[in-house]
Amino acid sequence: MNFDLSDDAKTLKEAARKFLDARAGPPVARKVMDSSDTHDAALWAEVVEQGWPAARVPEAHGGLGLGTDEACVLAEEIGRSLAPVPLLSTMGAIEAILLAGTDAQKANWLPKLASGQAVGTIAWAEGDAKSPTAMPSLALSGGTLSGAKSPVADGLVATVAIVTVASADGPAMAIVSLDGVSREKVETLDLVRPSARLQFDNTPAEALGTATDWVKLTEQLAVLAAWEALGTSDAARDMTLAYAKDRVAFGQRIGRYQGVKHKLADMYILSELARAHALHGCWAWSAGAAELSPAAAAARVASLDALKYTAEESVQLHGGIGFTWEHDCQFYYRRNRQIVSALGSRSYWADRLVRALEQRNRAAA
Amino acid sequence: MDFNDTPQEADYRAQVKAWIAANAGEYLNPPAKPWALDDFVARSKAWQAKKHAAGYVGITWPKAVGGQGLSPMHQIIFNQEESRTHVPTGLYSIGLGMCIPTVFTHGSPEVAARYVPRALKGEEVWCQLFSEPVAGSDLASIRTRAVRDGDEWVINGQKVWTSFAHKSDFGIVVCRTDFDAPKHKGLTMFIVDMHAPGMEVRGIKQMSGGSDFNEVFFTDVRVKDTHRLGDVGEGWKVALTTLMHERLAVGGKPRHAPGYQTLMTVAAGIETDSGPAMERADVRQRIADTYIADEGIKLTQMRALSALSRGAMPGPEQSISKVVVAKTMQDMASFALDLSEASGFAVEPGSDLEKLQGSYMWSAGLRIAGGTDEILRNIIAERVLGLPGDLRPDKDTPFSQLKPL
Ligand SMILES: Cc1cc2nc3c(=O)[nH]c(=O)nc-3n(C[C@H](O)[C@H](O)[C@H](O)COP(=O)(O)OP(=O)(O)OC[C@H]3O[C@@H](n4cnc5c(N)ncnc54)[C@H](O)[C@@H]3O)c2cc1C
Repeated sequence: MNFDLSDDAKTLKEAARKFLDARAGPPVARKVMDSSDTHDAALWAEVVEQGWPAARVPEAHGGLGLGTDEACVLAEEIGRSLAPVPLLSTMGAIEAILLAGTDAQKANWLPKLASGQAVGTIAWAEGDAKSPTAMPSLALSGGTLSGAKSPVADGLVATVAIVTVASADGPAMAIVSLDGVSREKVETLDLVRPSARLQFDNTPAEALGTATDWVKLTEQLAVLAAWEALGTSDAARDMTLAYAKDRVAFGQRIGRYQGVKHKLADMYILSELARAHALHGCWAWSAGAAELSPAAAAARVASLDALKYTAEESVQLHGGIGFTWEHDCQFYYRRNRQIVSALGSRSYWADRLVRALEQRNRAAA
Repeated sequence: MDFNDTPQEADYRAQVKAWIAANAGEYLNPPAKPWALDDFVARSKAWQAKKHAAGYVGITWPKAVGGQGLSPMHQIIFNQEESRTHVPTGLYSIGLGMCIPTVFTHGSPEVAARYVPRALKGEEVWCQLFSEPVAGSDLASIRTRAVRDGDEWVINGQKVWTSFAHKSDFGIVVCRTDFDAPKHKGLTMFIVDMHAPGMEVRGIKQMSGGSDFNEVFFTDVRVKDTHRLGDVGEGWKVALTTLMHERLAVGGKPRHAPGYQTLMTVAAGIETDSGPAMERADVRQRIADTYIADEGIKLTQMRALSALSRGAMPGPEQSISKVVVAKTMQDMASFALDLSEASGFAVEPGSDLEKLQGSYMWSAGLRIAGGTDEILRNIIAERVLGLPGDLRPDKDTPFSQLKPL
């Protein structure tokens, strides 16, 4: 048995950590928050330079042809550093095309996405309480789309979107160039990763795969998002841990009090549970295993639990200073809401998990 | 056992209802958009003045200091009726809820005569200058120094997290007057004029975006010895009076904060992949949990009221209030936003969801303000249940000899 990331992925993770420690982190997130920028363009150029968007793109299409392990560690490190760049959105679009694209679609889009010439995103939400697998109101008709998607993460900077559309079998995907599509910023709880409302009006669009592909894609995205959430959650915990070792109350470091200690221990417990499921999800994805359905859902649920608890208790353990605008706690507290909304909430995925387990049991019977 | 008013209470309630109906007409509904700060202050002052003229301020306070000399039940009845409206009141919750009771309990009659009536009228706003950068939970570690100079004191140092300092006229400030005494023994409380020379107030922006609290810097600020509250070195005891009132003033659920009813309204409008949200077991359980917590605290407060209306002291069960209320707000809001998926993330001014988003942000501060969840649990464990306290290595050492860790 070797239930661990590949050595290559570990090397990439270390390099990514080193690069992002130097170039990203809360101060860079704050710069974007305080500006009207859609992202940190200089950092994005460097990230492209590092070849990260190209990671999963096959060499034939100008990419590096790396595996899911590498994708997962990149998601984790982007999550940890809060880097305000559209990497995960672009990686999501790349996975959609890899999974469901025709040869022509791959040849058209993958080289552009790998080289940073195009920026991708996934647009499924319609501003209501629907889940990613509820039927969208938009539909492809005569090769065009009309209607709105909102909020779309990185939707202000994306140049191409994977848009969910209604089909007889459930939500399916279309690939849409955002050239000339009108978009506006949507106010959300996350002030570092701006979202947009995309308004399509007879916009040319091409069908991308089938309804089954969309469901499968949400599982792959759930694995990626789990790694992202883990990174974000661990960054908040590390910050809080350092504070607990430093802050004094009643003549002792607060980390000496069991009320504080146990919260940090619980953050660790939740994070390691989530990491086990996230690894499982990564394996199932790379192996093309049917096990991906429960594994991805479990990774999603466990990572959301870790992030919620860690983000909330990080503020709590910092006391008054943690509740200020100037402190970094707010980035994690707010990002938690973004990560929840980006792909369906905990209870939605808990339900998918149990459905996947039922299906597995039926198949075994 | 019943929830009926006694005949006298019923009379009082009828009188209050009629007065509110006649005077709070413009506040029957929440404001279309939140008031700007100055508007809020002006409206608060106007409403307080109206209440004052009608005899609805200081309801439980002695007549001698300008109060009405009525029972806590009268105060509660007034609060219940007032809270059906959206009148602005938060400006005075610290001053009238905590500072002024400290002033008339520990100040001289002259000082009380000077400050209490104007505070009651709402002409002067008060703030609580306790916490410092190095001393929040551990309030007795404060370092702001007051040195005697004839019949005055000279104050130097810094306070932080002072709510509404920027709109306050006076504050009560706890200072260290004896650095050679152990930490709890060298403290003294004063009244300070927020506009005195040497006072500087700088706003601090909260995580939630608003700016309700401040840093306050003292540079050679002079206070007359007549403005001392309690004896020199007795500041800790005086502070405990304030903190006791604080737990009463900030313990309950903030007025009009979203509760189980909001969750039911939100859930009723949502159709999920596994059916209408209101038919889902997890949603129903969360509504039940929220109801149990929020209503449980309301009912616990009624136990206290019953004790008070009999003239007895409320029991220790009151100590559970803020710990339950703040965390319930956070968890309920988080659940409702989850259930609302994308619409729980986008900010739509004026919507129920925006209130829940506000509640999610604000509850994080409420779990800290006025005693953190952890400190309140320590109080329950130690003072109510009688468990031994944490070891306090710094308790008996002269403050000046404490070494930084
Ligand atoms: C919205 C808001 C408004 C406020 N308004 C005012 C005001 O008007 N006037 C004023 O004076 N102050 C005010 N405060 C300050 C407030 O009283 C303090 O923030 C609070 O008491 C905590 O102190 P601290 O921030 O120094 O945190 P710390 O005391 O440093 O606590 C840090 C963490 O350590 C934990 N901890 C500390 N000691 C122990 C222990 N023994 N066992 C277990 N855990 C422990 C705490 O629970 C917390 O999680 C306000 C705070 C907020 C958030």
